[in-house]
Amino acid sequence: MTTRVKLYTGFIRFWHWTQAALIFGLLFTGFAIYGIHHLMPFGTALEVHLALAWLLIGLWAFAIFWHVTTGQWRQYLPTTRGLLPMVLYYAYGIFSGEPKPFTVTPAARHNPLQRLAYLGFKLLIAPALWVSGLLLMFVGAWKTSLLGDWLQPDWVAAAHLAAAYALVVFLIGHVYMAATTGTPWNAYLKAMLTGYQEVKDSNGKPG
Amino acid sequence: MGLIGILLGLTLLIVLAYRSPEQNTPAAAATLVAVLFAATTAAQALAAEGGADRSPPRSGASTADHSKFPSLQGPFSSGPEVTAACLRCHTEGAKQIHDSIHWTWEYAHPRTGQQLGKRHVINNYCGSVATNYARCSSCHVGFGWDDADFDFGDENSVDCLACHDTTGDYTKSPTGAGHPTEATVADLARIAQHVGKSTRASCGSCHFYGGGGDGVKHGDLDSSLIQPPKTLDVHMAADSLDFSCSTCHEFIAHRQQGSRYLVKTDAQGRIAIPGRDSERPACESCHGRAPHASGIGDTLNQHVERIACQTCHIPSFSRGGVPTMLWWDWSEAGHLDADGKPFKLEENGRVVYNSAKGALRWGEDLIPEYRWFNGTVRYTLVGDAIDPETVVALNHLDGGPDDPAARIWPFKVMQGVQPYDVEHKTLVVKHLFGDTDAAFWKGFDRDAAIRAGMEGAMQAGESPVAYSGSHDFVRTEMFWSLNHMVAPANQSLDCADCHSPEGRMDGLTGVYLPGRDSHPQVDRIGGLVIAATLLGVLLHGLGRFLMARRARART
Repeated sequence: MTTRVKLYTGFIRFWHWTQAALIFGLLFTGFAIYGIHHLMPFGTALEVHLALAWLLIGLWAFAIFWHVTTGQWRQYLPTTRGLLPMVLYYAYGIFSGEPKPFTVTPAARHNPLQRLAYLGFKLLIAPALWVSGLLLMFVGAWKTSLLGDWLQPDWVAAAHLAAAYALVVFLIGHVYMAATTGTPWNAYLKAMLTGYQEVKDSNGKPG
Repeated sequence: MGLIGILLGLTLLIVLAYRSPEQNTPAAAATLVAVLFAATTAAQALAAEGGADRSPPRSGASTADHSKFPSLQGPFSSGPEVTAACLRCHTEGAKQIHDSIHWTWEYAHPRTGQQLGKRHVINNYCGSVATNYARCSSCHVGFGWDDADFDFGDENSVDCLACHDTTGDYTKSPTGAGHPTEATVADLARIAQHVGKSTRASCGSCHFYGGGGDGVKHGDLDSSLIQPPKTLDVHMAADSLDFSCSTCHEFIAHRQQGSRYLVKTDAQGRIAIPGRDSERPACESCHGRAPHASGIGDTLNQHVERIACQTCHIPSFSRGGVPTMLWWDWSEAGHLDADGKPFKLEENGRVVYNSAKGALRWGEDLIPEYRWFNGTVRYTLVGDAIDPETVVALNHLDGGPDDPAARIWPFKVMQGVQPYDVEHKTLVVKHLFGDTDAAFWKGFDRDAAIRAGMEGAMQAGESPVAYSGSHDFVRTEMFWSLNHMVAPANQSLDCADCHSPEGRMDGLTGVYLPGRDSHPQVDRIGGLVIAATLLGVLLHGLGRFLMARRARART
């Protein structure tokens, strides 16, 4: 038996998909600036990159406010309970069609592995991108100051690039996991679009 | 008719003024508006009437008509006679000139202490002024500088017409020590009666022809700037701003703003205002330090900090149709034809060989070279030791990426091969122009020319030593900062001209340039991790797919 549970509120979906679009835009324009591809002229890419960055900063400001005021930030608290079964599931059980050792509820939308991955994104990758990105944006303001004496602009650029590569790694894993490992395979993707997911009520109590 | 209108308006105003003050009603206000309207219309009509019988005001219109001056009626038999006439009214003119670099050809560099100026520096075109005075001084604002003993204190030797001729007919003899040609002498009275402010053409009569011909020396100064299209020079084009040279190179007491020896690279963006120190001719004097629309990141204005305006706004030089010289090899000079006569070879209308000069190369519409530059230029002077194993920089640009006053500037780099003294390891002065066979252009004897050149240079105090008797040739280069031929904004450089590998900033170190510079180690590690992740995901997905198919097949 399954129950149709509302997992993702309108705000979560808006936040997720806007963020996704902005991040893909930033990656595309960022790699154009760096010169990995030449599908967009340098000047245009830079302007768009900056515009998208400010939009994402704005979105994040809203999202952080939302997380704090709603207590949703607890969704990302790491836990070791049930972590090992999750790892074993993805490493082994998933191949033989075993049920996932985690039942999603609106109060705990993320399995322990997800929590770690998203927390890593929020606490490591994203801040690295923001700090290095803002430093690059305002390089003229600090290059001749005390900070400029020990921080080189090219190091900041290298950090920004490294964080961007880490973001790509995260995205590959995230897209694969989120878009293909549901039951049926596209269930999670559907849930993030509609907000609703069919949740097995084998343990009897949803939420 | 306009006058009637104004009188009518005034009458109404007076009538209005005599009404009692309490009656300050809307009606009164309406009357006032009507009166003002009438007065304005009348004034405009008056102005239009007046315009019909007056010639339109000309910028710089003078209150003096020099053709009416008795002292300029002539006839004049020489340049100094004209000057004497000028000085009768312009009593301080010659004294001011005597104090200017156009007269002294000397510049004591305030930062390096070097004694510079045309009289002292050596270049890789003809070389030096010493012992070649009568030829070089055809571009001196004076008459009669034909040897080292020229009297720099003589007021009548100042050449007023060189700069103030407006007829275009004043021509100094190329070999006459600054004196005008015979044809010009015959016409001096008319020319003197038509003096005026300097123009692009009068400044250009010398500055466009440096190095021995049109456009030879600078690359951003040639005769194409006399009537330039807007695409060539946005400031000087007649259909644009129509600037003369002195619009930016402002003259105060006959001393101009702007120096090639100490370039204003860090002007603080103050517009020239009477009574204030002038910052001209820096671009920032008029355009300020933030001339671009800020856009999202104010990216372009951030460039101002480290990049000279000229770098992006002079996309190429010598683009007015006049080639500039890029290479001058003196070691090839002196070859004579079968009859023992000097000869010239031309390619595409350009002299590529001249017995008097050597092998020459030219270019047009050229991409500048870019260097860090803080405005100070140091010269390798005749007495300075050189390393003949290297390419000797005849001038050195101060500043680097760590110098906050330095910015990236565009340059024409003139290259060449010129003689040096093998014993003393110094550059040498060549005696090129003169009446005796010691002059290279007469005798074509290299040794004799260097001996005479160094002898003269020593007498003039330009060289501490005479010629040792043995010379060889050394590669030299010289940097000429580019400041003119500023293109319209839509023709300035595109981001990718510099922000790309092998772009214009290729080889310029000390600055991180997005789009040009990469981080190979980050790329390698990042690429590996991304590839591993992709592979892992693919294998994981494939595994699931195959297992699921097998499971389905079993049931």
